[in-house]
Amino acid sequence: MLNLQPYADPKYFVFLLLALAPLAIGLYFGKRFVWYEVVVSLAFIILMFDGKKYHEGFAIIGYMIWQWLLVWGYTLYRQKANRGSVFYVATALAILPLFLVKLAPAAHWTHVSTLLGFMGISYLTFRSVGMILETRDGSIKSFDPWLFLRFMLFMPTISSGPIDRYRRFTKDITTVPTREKYLEMLEKAVWYFFLGFLYKFVLAYIFGTLLLPQVESFALAAGSIHHGWTWWLIPVMYSYGLDLFFDFAGYSLFAVATSYVMGIALPMNFDKPFLSKNLKEFWNRWHMTLSFWFRDYIFMRLVFLMMKKKWFKSKVTVSNLAYIANMLIMGFWHGITWYYITYGLFHGVGLVINDAWLRYKKKHHVPHNKFTEGLAIFITFNVVMVSFLLFSGFLDKLWFKP
Amino acid sequence: MAVKEEVIDILNTIIGEDISDQMDEDFFDNGLLDSMATVELLLDLEGKFDIQAPVSEFNREEWNTPNKVIAKVESLIG
Repeated sequence: MLNLQPYADPKYFVFLLLALAPLAIGLYFGKRFVWYEVVVSLAFIILMFDGKKYHEGFAIIGYMIWQWLLVWGYTLYRQKANRGSVFYVATALAILPLFLVKLAPAAHWTHVSTLLGFMGISYLTFRSVGMILETRDGSIKSFDPWLFLRFMLFMPTISSGPIDRYRRFTKDITTVPTREKYLEMLEKAVWYFFLGFLYKFVLAYIFGTLLLPQVESFALAAGSIHHGWTWWLIPVMYSYGLDLFFDFAGYSLFAVATSYVMGIALPMNFDKPFLSKNLKEFWNRWHMTLSFWFRDYIFMRLVFLMMKKKWFKSKVTVSNLAYIANMLIMGFWHGITWYYITYGLFHGVGLVINDAWLRYKKKHHVPHNKFTEGLAIFITFNVVMVSFLLFSGFLDKLWFKP
Repeated sequence: MAVKEEVIDILNTIIGEDISDQMDEDFFDNGLLDSMATVELLLDLEGKFDIQAPVSEFNREEWNTPNKVIAKVESLIG
């Protein structure tokens, strides 16, 4: 049975662009063929979850019914009342399926993973939780079942983002870009597709498929003699980190390009992250739709709550706690393993140190020139690479599961 | 005090320098305001002008310069 994983091989791109061509012609002439778009999207989603992956297919249907009822129910409630407890329960219920799926490997519940898990569950959860939070704020006032489904199941981003926002998305999907704007989007789409090919099929292939397994096997061999410490960890770190970037940035470029062809201006996910001069800037350039999601829905809300209730005297304490909580939650979201959680903590503490340094710099007029900027970029890049080595889980293999 | 002066006053206190000569400068771009300071700003504006500005209404493109903040506050009061 034909099964197509998004952006995985050349065949996928051929099918995708052929299927989207009528839609593009429509948009060029100022028409959005909604029914055609829905049928094509559904076809690609079915091809993703069929064959051996049928159980994921059932899981996503169940998941969608769950979220649909929740968001709908909460919106109906919110139109009449606005109690905090109901909001917290609704949010917890929206996160519940993801929570169980993330807990399953740690708790050895294999049946839970098979029953509830499917590729992209965390990205869908970001979207529905975002909707509940904005409904609580009164920014989203009504529930449109049809737009909800199109937002949640937007085909180009279904398995891993970028993470769009409901109000931004619906503005695009219910209108047609002007011809001038659409041609601009098509031009960018072509460029992003080719840049994505370079990233994913050339550079990620070099670092991830050619180099990484080699240096990993050297590191494992040397590590077994030297109590898990070996110089081979350095090439492992850089190959993994660069593979991670090129693979994910390539994937994101494909998703953005595809959605541009569909006349949707999906936000970008990466903005030259390795040129960041500090960790804070890094998170404004790396996996941006995720880190902005965390910034807007977790960090800022937490700070807002702590400051409004005046739990702490010092603003520095508030922001430090919010950084650590924010990044720890992100760590847990990646998975309940010691290395993901340590990765989160590493970045939380990193941001706290970064902020202290920025305050010191503001006070003491630290010299600033091309050289210090270069040094800052170098340090940031390497700190990030160390964190990715943690994130990779390779240390777990090297130290605890030889 | 007019809304304009009061907003400038709040911004000056949060940022820690006088911003009245950079009314159209993007303070997210030049790093003067971060997410933490943004929340302070929202809370101070809420307290001062008795307006509701929830975090999810906070669209960075509409709040990124002193002049835009003033316009936003004026529209929320009005």
